[in-house]
Amino acid sequence: MKVKSVLPALTVALFSVSSMQAQTLPDHDHAPPQHWSFEGPLGNFDLAAVQRGYVVYEQVCSSCHGMKHVQFRDLEGMGLDAEAVKSIASGYQIQDGRDLSGALKYRHGLPDDEFPTPVRPAGVPKGMLPPDQSRLTVVYPGGPDRVYALLTGYGPAPAGVAVSSGQFYNRFAQGRQIAMKPPLRDGEVHYADGTPATVEQEARDVTTFLAWVAQPHLVARHRTGVRVLVYLLCLAILLFILKRRIWSNVE
Amino acid sequence: MTGSSSNDRESDGSKQDWLDNRLPVRRFLSAQFRHFPMPRSANMLWTVGAMLSAVLVLMLLSGLVLAMNYTPTVAGAFASIEAIERRVPSGWLMRSMHMAGASLFLGALYLHLFRGLYYGSYKKPRELVWLLGLLLLVMTMITAFAGYVLPWGQMSYWGADIAGKALASIPVIGSFAERVFLYGDQPGDGTLHHLFVLHFTLAFAIVAVVGLHVASVHVAGSGNPSGVEPDRKGRLPFSPYFAIKDAFGVAVFAIILAAVMFLFPDLVTEAANYRPANPLRTPTNIEPEWYFLPFYGMLQAIPFKFGGLVASVGAVAVLFFAPWLDTSPVRSAQQRPLIRLSMILLVVSFVALGLAGKHHMEGGWLIIGRCATVFYFFHFLVVLPLVSRRENAALEDAS
Repeated sequence: MKVKSVLPALTVALFSVSSMQAQTLPDHDHAPPQHWSFEGPLGNFDLAAVQRGYVVYEQVCSSCHGMKHVQFRDLEGMGLDAEAVKSIASGYQIQDGRDLSGALKYRHGLPDDEFPTPVRPAGVPKGMLPPDQSRLTVVYPGGPDRVYALLTGYGPAPAGVAVSSGQFYNRFAQGRQIAMKPPLRDGEVHYADGTPATVEQEARDVTTFLAWVAQPHLVARHRTGVRVLVYLLCLAILLFILKRRIWSNVE
Repeated sequence: MTGSSSNDRESDGSKQDWLDNRLPVRRFLSAQFRHFPMPRSANMLWTVGAMLSAVLVLMLLSGLVLAMNYTPTVAGAFASIEAIERRVPSGWLMRSMHMAGASLFLGALYLHLFRGLYYGSYKKPRELVWLLGLLLLVMTMITAFAGYVLPWGQMSYWGADIAGKALASIPVIGSFAERVFLYGDQPGDGTLHHLFVLHFTLAFAIVAVVGLHVASVHVAGSGNPSGVEPDRKGRLPFSPYFAIKDAFGVAVFAIILAAVMFLFPDLVTEAANYRPANPLRTPTNIEPEWYFLPFYGMLQAIPFKFGGLVASVGAVAVLFFAPWLDTSPVRSAQQRPLIRLSMILLVVSFVALGLAGKHHMEGGWLIIGRCATVFYFFHFLVVLPLVSRRENAALEDAS
């Protein structure tokens, strides 16, 4: 069949799909690839790590970054029960209209509220907008590897490199400078499961949490996919055998 | 449609015929999908039509669920998509099916189109089949574009922006066309609202045109790879011989769809579109979905904007004239070595244009893109008419 010779070309066209992540901008170090359990077509989330990562988000990240598309009840997906979600929600202050004098009113959060975006986070220069974290590991160039590298990549600027005021040297940040002050320290959070809270551990856990929050149904998607594919493969084989049998009358 | 046929044994009187005597559903199905004669040598490329019908049904069903949860406003669109992906029961499943389905729909459509071009399926008496098929291609492209704008991510917004600017480059009516398309000066609430209605309406219009397309195939009958009719190997009834072949083809297509939507969704999604639309921030790398890249390539290959628009619209328009550009009675490229070579080069140019479009015509890609654009039109406007003239002359000499 002559047509077969052009099929590979069509296949190439089909699968050469663009990706912003493949585009590396030159003025920062390349984030070393990490091993993540959620990578690849069969990736999985370690929910214990996701839960530890949430602790880091709650105690560190959420003071500046919001997740405006994530509701508190979405956390049930990482293995929390409704009661735990309710108590987490009530720990957040949600802006709720204004009082008679025009000042902003706040109330405790409910499971149906979104993670609030702090209006004027302390220590953030005016005009700076900390990015929303709902989909950060998907939209951030470099993905989870770069998020992890960024969190652990702070250090003193090498001699001769001037860091502008209000900026911190970080070799993985765009332009090797970032306005976010080093967010993590050893022992910054306390893990209920006794995992030692080193900077690397915190960074790894919070990156896992952010990856989970960006694709909360990843595990269900992979698991369903494998089942559907096994079913379809069996079906295709049976149909192929049936086709051979039906056509055997005429060939 | 041939209607009732005398060899329809099942239509002898019985209780089952209650419906058939009032509405000949069974007689119709029996004549069109059971006894319908198919050329015996039709190969697996003849099953792509069945794949397209199957994926169209999937798109309509998943699309209905999505539409029920979608908000066509600038303020609500992105958040409603996030809610579908995160909280609507099976919303993530419906959306990944719809996204992967759209990509594979266009992929299968290109394959189907190529099959038609290669085996000369556009020739007498199937001109109308070809024209209706091309109408479906155009409708699908518009639907796909409108659908891509709906999530209101960065790529959605800037894609609509580029389309608006391309329309604005039309002389005289340009700015009017842009305003009609955008419903304003820049993509906004009006754009979203009318693209949503367009996307939804066209989807069902496509089903109607598919009906006409299939009906017209059933008048002339299917062609075959050799192009010699009737098929030298004879004919076989559609059921069970081709029904089982189509079923197998659809199963293979379903495997590819499932693999893409469940395990490799990155192949058909654009990460930048998970950022909400921001009219103040132009992304560094605006590009359409892969299936528009060849036309995007042509848009960029011509140095002035209106020329690019004419080329990329012309690339589809020229297909409509194929039955009259190629007047030779020889159908299949299998029997036309020059056409076969030119067809292979045509596919190479189409792919090259896609790659050049992806690389924004930088450096060597500009030359490759321009050569490919020229060859694309050369094939239709020069090779097809000239080869047909030579073949027609040779046939006259022989007779």
